[in-house]
Amino acid sequence: MNLIINCGTGNFSSVAKMINATGGKSFFGSTSQDIDKASKIILPGVGSFDNGMKAIELASIKEKIIEKVKFENVPILGICLGMHLLCRSSEEGSLNGLNLVEAEVKKFYFPNNDKIKIPHMGWNTVKPVNKNSLISSHKKEQRFYFAHSYKVVVDNPNLTIGTSYYGSDFCAAFQKKNIFGVQFHPEKSHSFGLELIKSFMEL
Amino acid sequence: MLKHRVIPLLSLDNYKLIKTRCFKDPQYVGDPLNAIHIFNEKEVDEIIIIDITASKEKREPNFNLIEEIAGECYMPLTYGGGIRSIEDVDRILSMGVEKVSLQSSVIMNRNFINDLALRFGSQSIVVSVDVKKNLLGKAQYLFSSKNLILQTDLIDLIKDLVNAGAGEVLLNSVDKDGTLSGPDLDMIKKISNSIDVSVIACGGISSLDDIKAAVEVGASAVAAGSFFVYYGPHRAVLISYPKYNELEQLFSNLNKIPNE
Repeated sequence: MNLIINCGTGNFSSVAKMINATGGKSFFGSTSQDIDKASKIILPGVGSFDNGMKAIELASIKEKIIEKVKFENVPILGICLGMHLLCRSSEEGSLNGLNLVEAEVKKFYFPNNDKIKIPHMGWNTVKPVNKNSLISSHKKEQRFYFAHSYKVVVDNPNLTIGTSYYGSDFCAAFQKKNIFGVQFHPEKSHSFGLELIKSFMEL
Repeated sequence: MLKHRVIPLLSLDNYKLIKTRCFKDPQYVGDPLNAIHIFNEKEVDEIIIIDITASKEKREPNFNLIEEIAGECYMPLTYGGGIRSIEDVDRILSMGVEKVSLQSSVIMNRNFINDLALRFGSQSIVVSVDVKKNLLGKAQYLFSSKNLILQTDLIDLIKDLVNAGAGEVLLNSVDKDGTLSGPDLDMIKKISNSIDVSVIACGGISSLDDIKAAVEVGASAVAAGSFFVYYGPHRAVLISYPKYNELEQLFSNLNKIPNE
Protein backbone atom coordinates (compact mmCIF):
# COMPACT_ATOMS: atom_id res chain seq x y z
CA MET A 1 0.00 0.00 0.00
CA ASN A 2 1.06 3.55 -0.61
CA LEU A 3 1.66 5.47 2.57
CA ILE A 4 1.16 9.19 2.77
CA ILE A 5 3.02 10.43 5.80
CA ASN A 6 0.82 12.92 7.55
CA CYS A 7 2.69 14.42 10.42
CA GLY A 8 2.71 18.18 10.78
CA THR A 9 0.85 20.59 8.57
CA GLY A 10 0.12 19.77 4.99
CA ASN A 11 -2.35 19.16 2.24
CA PHE A 12 -2.78 15.45 2.17
CA SER A 13 -6.30 14.78 0.99
CA SER A 14 -5.52 16.12 -2.48
CA VAL A 15 -2.55 13.75 -2.75
CA ALA A 16 -4.75 10.81 -1.75
CA LYS A 17 -7.44 11.84 -4.22
CA MET A 18 -4.91 12.01 -7.02
CA ILE A 19 -3.53 8.56 -6.19
CA ASN A 20 -7.10 7.35 -6.26
CA ALA A 21 -7.61 8.91 -9.66
CA THR A 22 -4.65 6.93 -11.01
CA GLY A 23 -6.32 3.74 -9.80
CA GLY A 24 -3.98 3.36 -6.83
CA LYS A 25 -4.77 3.08 -3.16
CA SER A 26 -3.22 4.93 -0.27
CA PHE A 27 -3.46 5.35 3.46
CA PHE A 28 -2.38 8.04 5.88
CA GLY A 29 -0.04 7.34 8.70
CA SER A 30 2.76 8.63 10.87
CA THR A 31 3.92 5.67 12.95
CA SER A 32 6.68 3.09 12.55
CA GLN A 33 4.04 0.41 12.00
CA ASP A 34 2.53 2.43 9.15
CA ILE A 35 5.93 2.74 7.52
CA ASP A 36 6.49 -1.01 7.88
CA LYS A 37 3.33 -1.62 5.87
CA ALA A 38 4.27 0.78 3.08
CA SER A 39 5.22 -0.39 -0.39
CA LYS A 40 5.73 3.24 -1.41
CA ILE A 41 6.00 6.37 0.67
CA ILE A 42 4.88 9.87 -0.13
CA LEU A 43 6.22 12.62 2.06
CA PRO A 44 4.24 15.79 1.44
CA GLY A 45 4.51 18.92 3.48
CA VAL A 46 4.06 22.60 3.72
CA GLY A 47 5.52 24.90 6.33
CA SER A 48 9.02 25.51 7.50
CA PHE A 49 11.90 23.03 7.46
CA ASP A 50 12.36 22.78 11.22
CA ASN A 51 8.64 22.33 11.80
CA GLY A 52 8.67 19.47 9.30
CA MET A 53 11.68 17.77 10.88
CA LYS A 54 10.29 18.34 14.38
CA ALA A 55 7.07 16.60 13.37
CA ILE A 56 9.05 13.62 12.06
CA GLU A 57 11.20 13.51 15.18
CA LEU A 58 8.17 13.85 17.45
CA ALA A 59 6.58 10.86 15.72
CA SER A 60 9.90 8.99 16.23
CA ILE A 61 9.98 7.82 12.63
CA LYS A 62 13.17 9.46 11.36
CA GLU A 63 15.31 6.32 11.64
CA LYS A 64 12.46 4.17 10.39
CA ILE A 65 12.05 6.18 7.19
CA ILE A 66 15.80 6.11 6.56
CA GLU A 67 15.97 2.36 7.15
CA LYS A 68 13.01 1.63 4.89
CA VAL A 69 14.21 3.83 2.06
CA LYS A 70 17.96 3.29 2.24
CA PHE A 71 18.15 -0.38 3.09
CA GLU A 72 14.87 -1.81 1.86
CA ASN A 73 14.77 0.39 -1.24
CA VAL A 74 11.16 1.41 -0.81
CA PRO A 75 10.44 4.23 -3.25
CA ILE A 76 9.78 7.60 -1.63
CA LEU A 77 8.49 10.81 -3.17
CA GLY A 78 9.04 14.06 -1.29
CA ILE A 79 6.76 16.87 -2.34
CA CYS A 80 7.74 20.52 -1.81
CA LEU A 81 8.87 20.70 1.84
CA GLY A 82 8.95 16.91 1.73
CA MET A 83 11.67 17.15 -0.95
CA HIS A 84 13.64 19.48 1.32
CA LEU A 85 13.35 17.08 4.25
CA LEU A 86 15.06 14.37 2.18
CA CYS A 87 18.16 16.59 1.99
CA ARG A 88 21.01 17.15 4.43
CA SER A 89 20.03 20.54 5.80
CA SER A 90 18.34 23.80 4.97
CA GLU A 91 19.09 27.49 5.31
CA GLU A 92 15.52 27.78 6.55
CA GLY A 93 16.25 25.95 9.77
CA SER A 94 18.88 24.52 12.06
CA LEU A 95 17.80 20.88 12.34
CA ASN A 96 19.35 18.10 10.25
CA GLY A 97 17.29 16.68 7.41
CA LEU A 98 16.78 12.99 6.66
CA ASN A 99 20.03 13.16 4.71
CA LEU A 100 18.92 10.62 2.12
CA VAL A 101 20.10 12.82 -0.74
CA GLU A 102 23.33 14.80 -0.71
CA ALA A 103 21.87 18.26 -1.15
CA GLU A 104 21.44 21.58 0.59
CA VAL A 105 18.30 23.69 0.66
CA LYS A 106 19.03 27.33 -0.04
CA LYS A 107 16.99 30.49 -0.15
CA PHE A 108 16.33 32.11 -3.50
CA TYR A 109 18.61 35.10 -3.67
CA PHE A 110 18.71 37.63 -6.49
CA PRO A 111 21.05 40.40 -5.40
CA ASN A 112 21.18 41.92 -8.86
CA ASN A 113 17.53 41.78 -9.69
CA ASP A 114 14.97 43.06 -7.21
CA LYS A 115 12.18 42.50 -9.70
CA ILE A 116 12.19 38.74 -9.16
CA LYS A 117 9.64 38.10 -6.45
CA ILE A 118 10.14 35.63 -3.63
CA PRO A 119 8.41 33.22 -2.98
CA HIS A 120 8.46 31.64 -6.42
CA MET A 121 4.80 31.04 -6.78
CA GLY A 122 2.69 29.82 -9.64
CA TRP A 123 2.90 27.66 -12.72
CA ASN A 124 6.27 27.05 -14.25
CA THR A 125 7.55 24.71 -16.90
CA VAL A 126 9.76 21.80 -15.93
CA LYS A 127 12.38 20.57 -18.34
CA PRO A 128 13.26 16.89 -17.97
CA VAL A 129 17.00 16.29 -17.73
CA ASN A 130 18.89 13.03 -17.27
CA LYS A 131 17.04 9.84 -17.92
CA ASN A 132 14.56 9.06 -15.19
CA SER A 133 11.39 7.20 -14.41
CA LEU A 134 9.32 10.08 -13.10
CA ILE A 135 9.18 12.92 -15.61
CA SER A 136 8.49 11.89 -19.15
CA SER A 137 10.78 13.49 -21.70
CA HIS A 138 8.63 13.09 -24.81
CA LYS A 139 6.03 15.71 -23.90
CA LYS A 140 6.09 19.09 -25.55
CA GLU A 141 5.83 21.16 -22.42
CA GLN A 142 4.99 20.23 -18.86
CA ARG A 143 3.92 22.75 -16.29
CA PHE A 144 3.52 22.39 -12.58
CA TYR A 145 2.42 24.50 -9.66
CA PHE A 146 5.16 25.88 -7.39
CA ALA A 147 5.03 27.75 -4.10
CA HIS A 148 8.36 28.04 -2.29
CA SER A 149 11.08 30.41 -1.11
CA TYR A 150 13.83 27.80 -0.77
CA LYS A 151 15.29 25.56 -3.44
CA VAL A 152 17.31 22.39 -3.48
CA VAL A 153 20.95 22.43 -4.57
CA VAL A 154 22.21 18.90 -5.19
CA ASP A 155 25.91 18.11 -4.71
CA ASN A 156 25.88 15.92 -7.78
CA PRO A 157 24.06 17.59 -10.69
CA ASN A 158 23.42 14.20 -12.26
CA LEU A 159 20.74 13.64 -9.64
CA THR A 160 18.64 16.45 -11.10
CA ILE A 161 15.86 15.05 -13.28
CA GLY A 162 13.92 18.25 -13.91
CA THR A 163 14.89 21.89 -14.01
CA SER A 164 12.87 25.07 -13.91
CA TYR A 165 13.95 28.60 -14.55
CA TYR A 166 13.45 31.29 -11.94
CA GLY A 167 16.18 33.90 -12.14
CA SER A 168 18.39 30.97 -13.05
CA ASP A 169 17.90 27.25 -13.59
CA PHE A 170 17.23 25.34 -10.40
CA CYS A 171 16.54 21.74 -9.45
CA ALA A 172 12.78 21.18 -9.65
CA ALA A 173 13.02 17.41 -9.26
CA PHE A 174 15.68 14.91 -8.26
CA GLN A 175 16.12 11.18 -8.23
CA LYS A 176 18.68 9.12 -6.38
CA LYS A 177 17.83 5.50 -7.10
CA ASN A 178 14.50 4.94 -5.30
CA ILE A 179 14.46 8.41 -3.75
CA PHE A 180 12.50 11.11 -5.57
CA GLY A 181 11.79 14.71 -4.74
CA VAL A 182 9.74 17.32 -6.53
CA GLN A 183 9.73 20.98 -5.62
CA PHE A 184 6.33 21.55 -7.20
CA HIS A 185 2.92 20.24 -6.21
CA PRO A 186 1.83 17.43 -8.55
CA GLU A 187 -1.42 17.11 -6.58
CA LYS A 188 -2.25 20.66 -7.64
CA SER A 189 -1.04 20.46 -11.23
CA HIS A 190 -4.06 18.80 -12.84
CA SER A 191 -3.31 16.52 -15.77
CA PHE A 192 0.48 17.02 -15.55
CA GLY A 193 0.51 16.10 -11.87
CA LEU A 194 -1.75 13.15 -12.44
CA GLU A 195 0.66 11.74 -14.98
CA LEU A 196 3.63 12.18 -12.65
CA ILE A 197 1.85 10.49 -9.74
CA LYS A 198 0.90 7.70 -12.12
CA SER A 199 4.56 7.23 -13.09
CA PHE A 200 5.51 7.02 -9.43
CA MET A 201 2.73 4.50 -8.78
CA GLU A 202 3.94 2.38 -11.69
CA LEU A 203 7.55 2.18 -10.47
CA MET B 1 9.51 30.68 -17.38
CA LEU B 2 7.03 31.41 -14.65
CA LYS B 3 3.54 31.76 -16.02
CA HIS B 4 1.23 34.59 -15.22
CA ARG B 5 -1.76 33.16 -13.42
CA VAL B 6 -5.33 33.85 -14.42
CA ILE B 7 -7.57 33.16 -11.47
CA PRO B 8 -11.33 32.91 -11.06
CA LEU B 9 -12.28 34.63 -7.82
CA LEU B 10 -15.52 33.33 -6.37
CA SER B 11 -17.41 35.16 -3.65
CA LEU B 12 -19.33 33.16 -1.11
CA ASP B 13 -22.14 34.08 1.23
CA ASN B 14 -21.79 31.08 3.53
CA TYR B 15 -23.15 28.29 1.24
CA LYS B 16 -24.10 30.40 -1.76
CA LEU B 17 -21.99 31.63 -4.60
CA ILE B 18 -22.69 35.32 -5.19
CA LYS B 19 -21.34 38.17 -7.29
CA THR B 20 -21.36 41.79 -6.21
CA ARG B 21 -21.03 45.08 -8.04
CA CYS B 22 -18.77 47.65 -6.32
CA PHE B 23 -19.05 45.39 -3.26
CA LYS B 24 -22.87 45.86 -3.27
CA ASP B 25 -25.99 44.23 -4.76
CA PRO B 26 -25.09 40.56 -4.34
CA GLN B 27 -26.59 38.36 -7.04
CA TYR B 28 -26.93 34.62 -6.56
CA VAL B 29 -24.87 32.85 -9.21
CA GLY B 30 -25.04 29.22 -8.14
CA ASP B 31 -23.67 26.35 -6.14
CA PRO B 32 -19.99 26.62 -5.25
CA LEU B 33 -19.17 22.92 -5.65
CA ASN B 34 -20.72 22.81 -9.06
CA ALA B 35 -18.72 25.87 -10.10
CA ILE B 36 -15.48 24.36 -8.76
CA HIS B 37 -16.21 21.20 -10.64
CA ILE B 38 -16.50 23.08 -13.92
CA PHE B 39 -13.37 25.17 -13.29
CA ASN B 40 -11.53 21.97 -12.43
CA GLU B 41 -12.38 20.45 -15.79
CA LYS B 42 -11.26 23.61 -17.52
CA GLU B 43 -7.87 23.19 -15.79
CA VAL B 44 -7.76 26.71 -14.41
CA ASP B 45 -4.48 28.02 -13.02
CA GLU B 46 -5.78 28.56 -9.53
CA ILE B 47 -8.97 29.44 -7.65
CA ILE B 48 -9.65 31.98 -4.95
CA ILE B 49 -12.74 31.66 -2.78
CA ILE B 50 -13.67 34.43 -0.40
CA ASP B 51 -16.59 34.21 2.00
CA ILE B 52 -17.34 37.92 1.92
CA THR B 53 -19.98 37.87 4.64
CA ALA B 54 -18.15 35.77 7.25
CA SER B 55 -16.21 38.55 9.01
CA LYS B 56 -19.05 41.01 8.67
CA GLU B 57 -21.41 38.55 10.34
CA LYS B 58 -18.69 37.50 12.81
CA ARG B 59 -19.08 33.97 11.48
CA GLU B 60 -16.28 31.43 11.45
CA PRO B 61 -15.21 29.92 8.11
CA ASN B 62 -17.56 27.26 6.76
CA PHE B 63 -15.05 24.46 7.36
CA ASN B 64 -17.24 21.69 5.98
CA LEU B 65 -17.73 23.46 2.69
CA ILE B 66 -14.03 24.39 2.47
CA GLU B 67 -13.05 20.77 2.93
CA GLU B 68 -15.47 19.65 0.23
CA ILE B 69 -14.20 22.32 -2.15
CA ALA B 70 -10.54 21.48 -1.47
CA GLY B 71 -11.22 17.83 -2.22
CA GLU B 72 -12.58 18.80 -5.63
CA CYS B 73 -9.59 20.94 -6.58
CA TYR B 74 -6.72 19.58 -8.66
CA MET B 75 -5.40 23.09 -8.76
CA PRO B 76 -4.20 25.47 -6.08
CA LEU B 77 -6.90 26.96 -3.91
CA THR B 78 -6.88 30.08 -1.77
CA TYR B 79 -9.55 30.59 0.87
CA GLY B 80 -10.44 33.81 2.66
CA GLY B 81 -13.17 34.99 4.98
CA GLY B 82 -13.76 34.83 8.73
CA ILE B 83 -10.26 33.53 9.61
CA ARG B 84 -9.35 34.66 13.11
CA SER B 85 -6.76 32.36 14.62
CA ILE B 86 -3.69 30.24 13.92
CA GLU B 87 -5.93 27.23 14.59
CA ASP B 88 -8.32 28.35 11.83
CA VAL B 89 -5.41 28.60 9.38
CA ASP B 90 -3.96 25.28 10.49
CA ARG B 91 -7.31 23.60 10.00
CA ILE B 92 -7.86 25.12 6.55
CA LEU B 93 -4.36 24.35 5.24
CA SER B 94 -4.63 20.76 6.51
CA MET B 95 -7.77 20.35 4.43
CA GLY B 96 -5.80 20.73 1.23
CA VAL B 97 -6.06 24.47 0.76
CA GLU B 98 -2.78 26.04 -0.43
CA LYS B 99 -3.19 29.57 0.80
CA VAL B 100 -5.31 31.65 3.10
CA SER B 101 -6.33 35.17 2.31
CA LEU B 102 -6.53 37.50 5.27
CA GLN B 103 -7.94 40.93 5.80
CA SER B 104 -9.94 41.76 8.93
CA SER B 105 -7.73 39.70 11.23
CA VAL B 106 -4.47 41.31 10.10
CA ILE B 107 -5.22 44.92 9.41
CA MET B 108 -5.06 45.84 13.10
CA ASN B 109 -2.70 43.04 14.04
CA ARG B 110 0.52 42.70 12.03
CA ASN B 111 1.87 40.19 14.53
CA PHE B 112 -0.74 37.73 13.35
CA ILE B 113 0.72 37.72 9.82
CA ASN B 114 4.15 37.35 11.29
CA ASP B 115 3.10 34.38 13.43
CA LEU B 116 1.41 32.75 10.45
CA ALA B 117 4.38 33.30 8.14
CA LEU B 118 6.75 31.79 10.68
CA ARG B 119 4.55 28.78 11.19
CA PHE B 120 3.26 28.12 7.67
CA GLY B 121 5.64 30.07 5.43
CA SER B 122 4.91 33.28 3.50
CA GLN B 123 3.94 31.28 0.42
CA SER B 124 0.68 30.31 2.11
CA ILE B 125 -0.24 33.79 3.33
CA VAL B 126 -2.11 36.22 1.08
CA VAL B 127 -3.28 39.58 2.30
CA SER B 128 -6.33 40.95 0.66
CA VAL B 129 -6.40 44.70 0.18
CA ASP B 130 -9.60 46.45 -0.85
CA VAL B 131 -8.94 49.83 -2.38
CA LYS B 132 -11.53 52.55 -2.88
CA LYS B 133 -10.96 55.93 -4.42
CA ASN B 134 -12.27 59.04 -2.72
CA LEU B 135 -13.95 61.92 -4.54
CA LEU B 136 -10.56 63.41 -5.40
CA GLY B 137 -9.45 60.13 -6.92
CA LYS B 138 -7.09 59.27 -4.08
CA ALA B 139 -6.79 55.51 -3.50
CA GLN B 140 -7.51 54.53 0.09
CA TYR B 141 -7.71 51.33 2.09
CA LEU B 142 -11.24 50.10 2.70
CA PHE B 143 -11.66 47.97 5.82
CA SER B 144 -14.54 46.11 4.18
CA SER B 145 -16.04 44.13 7.04
CA LYS B 146 -16.40 47.36 9.04
CA ASN B 147 -17.05 49.54 5.99
CA LEU B 148 -14.36 51.90 7.20
CA ILE B 149 -11.87 53.93 5.17
CA LEU B 150 -8.42 54.03 6.77
CA GLN B 151 -6.54 57.31 6.47
CA THR B 152 -3.10 55.68 6.55
CA ASP B 153 -1.13 56.02 3.30
CA LEU B 154 -2.15 53.05 1.15
CA ILE B 155 1.33 52.16 -0.11
CA ASP B 156 2.87 52.39 3.37
CA LEU B 157 0.15 50.18 4.70
CA ILE B 158 0.63 47.54 2.01
CA LYS B 159 4.41 47.61 2.52
CA ASP B 160 3.80 47.09 6.19
CA LEU B 161 1.64 44.02 5.55
CA VAL B 162 4.28 42.59 3.22
CA ASN B 163 7.08 43.25 5.70
CA ALA B 164 5.07 41.43 8.33
CA GLY B 165 5.27 38.29 6.17
CA ALA B 166 2.56 38.27 3.50
CA GLY B 167 3.60 36.28 0.44
CA GLU B 168 1.11 37.81 -1.96
CA VAL B 169 -1.18 40.80 -2.15
CA LEU B 170 -4.67 40.37 -3.54
CA LEU B 171 -5.45 43.85 -4.75
CA ASN B 172 -9.15 44.50 -5.21
CA SER B 173 -10.40 47.66 -6.76
CA VAL B 174 -13.75 48.26 -5.07
CA ASP B 175 -14.87 50.80 -7.67
CA LYS B 176 -14.20 48.30 -10.46
CA ASP B 177 -15.74 45.24 -8.79
CA GLY B 178 -18.34 43.60 -11.02
CA THR B 179 -18.36 46.49 -13.48
CA LEU B 180 -16.56 44.74 -16.38
CA SER B 181 -15.12 48.18 -17.16
CA GLY B 182 -11.41 47.38 -17.30
CA PRO B 183 -8.80 47.21 -14.52
CA ASP B 184 -7.38 50.18 -12.63
CA LEU B 185 -4.00 50.04 -14.34
CA ASP B 186 -2.48 53.06 -12.57
CA MET B 187 -3.12 51.55 -9.19
CA ILE B 188 -1.85 48.10 -10.20
CA LYS B 189 1.31 49.67 -11.54
CA LYS B 190 1.94 51.83 -8.52
CA ILE B 191 1.48 49.02 -6.03
CA SER B 192 3.32 46.32 -8.01
CA ASN B 193 6.27 48.68 -8.26
CA SER B 194 6.38 49.36 -4.54
CA ILE B 195 6.49 45.81 -3.19
CA ASP B 196 8.63 42.71 -3.75
CA VAL B 197 5.91 40.10 -3.54
CA SER B 198 3.37 39.11 -6.19
CA VAL B 199 0.34 41.26 -6.81
CA ILE B 200 -2.89 39.56 -7.86
CA ALA B 201 -4.88 42.28 -9.58
CA CYS B 202 -8.63 42.06 -9.29
CA GLY B 203 -11.54 44.22 -10.34
CA GLY B 204 -12.97 45.31 -13.67
CA ILE B 205 -11.55 42.55 -15.89
CA SER B 206 -13.79 42.15 -18.95
CA SER B 207 -11.54 40.61 -21.60
CA LEU B 208 -8.28 38.83 -22.34
CA ASP B 209 -6.82 42.18 -23.33
CA ASP B 210 -7.61 43.55 -19.84
CA ILE B 211 -5.75 40.60 -18.32
CA LYS B 212 -2.79 41.28 -20.55
CA ALA B 213 -2.82 45.00 -19.72
CA ALA B 214 -2.80 44.30 -15.97
CA VAL B 215 0.19 41.99 -16.38
CA GLU B 216 2.00 44.51 -18.54
CA VAL B 217 1.86 47.10 -15.78
CA GLY B 218 3.24 44.70 -13.20
CA ALA B 219 0.63 42.26 -11.87
CA SER B 220 1.98 38.74 -11.38
CA ALA B 221 -1.48 37.30 -11.60
CA VAL B 222 -4.94 38.49 -12.51
CA ALA B 223 -8.16 37.49 -10.79
CA ALA B 224 -11.69 38.03 -12.03
CA GLY B 225 -15.21 37.18 -10.99
CA SER B 226 -17.82 38.46 -13.42
CA PHE B 227 -15.65 37.76 -16.45
CA PHE B 228 -15.64 34.05 -15.64
CA VAL B 229 -19.18 33.62 -14.33
CA TYR B 230 -21.27 35.87 -16.58
CA TYR B 231 -21.96 35.81 -20.26
CA GLY B 232 -23.44 38.54 -22.45
CA PRO B 233 -24.93 41.96 -21.75
CA HIS B 234 -27.69 40.56 -19.54
CA ARG B 235 -25.22 38.79 -17.32
CA ALA B 236 -26.54 35.30 -17.75
CA VAL B 237 -24.66 32.94 -15.45
CA LEU B 238 -22.32 30.86 -17.56
CA ILE B 239 -18.96 29.67 -16.35
CA SER B 240 -16.09 30.04 -18.79
CA TYR B 241 -12.31 30.10 -18.79
CA PRO B 242 -9.87 30.73 -21.64
CA LYS B 243 -8.11 27.78 -23.22
CA TYR B 244 -4.47 27.30 -22.29
CA ASN B 245 -3.21 28.07 -25.78
CA GLU B 246 -5.21 31.31 -25.80
CA LEU B 247 -3.48 32.38 -22.59
CA GLU B 248 -0.14 31.21 -23.91
CA GLN B 249 -0.61 33.33 -26.99
CA LEU B 250 -1.85 36.27 -24.93
CA PHE B 251 1.30 36.31 -22.81
CA SER B 252 3.69 35.46 -25.63
CA ASN B 253 4.26 39.05 -26.70
CA LEU B 254 4.00 41.07 -23.53
CA ASN B 255 4.90 44.68 -23.78
CA LYS B 256 6.11 45.23 -20.24
CA ILE B 257 6.17 48.81 -19.21
CA PRO B 258 9.57 49.54 -17.69
CA ASN B 259 9.67 50.59 -14.06
CA GLU B 260 10.31 54.21 -13.37
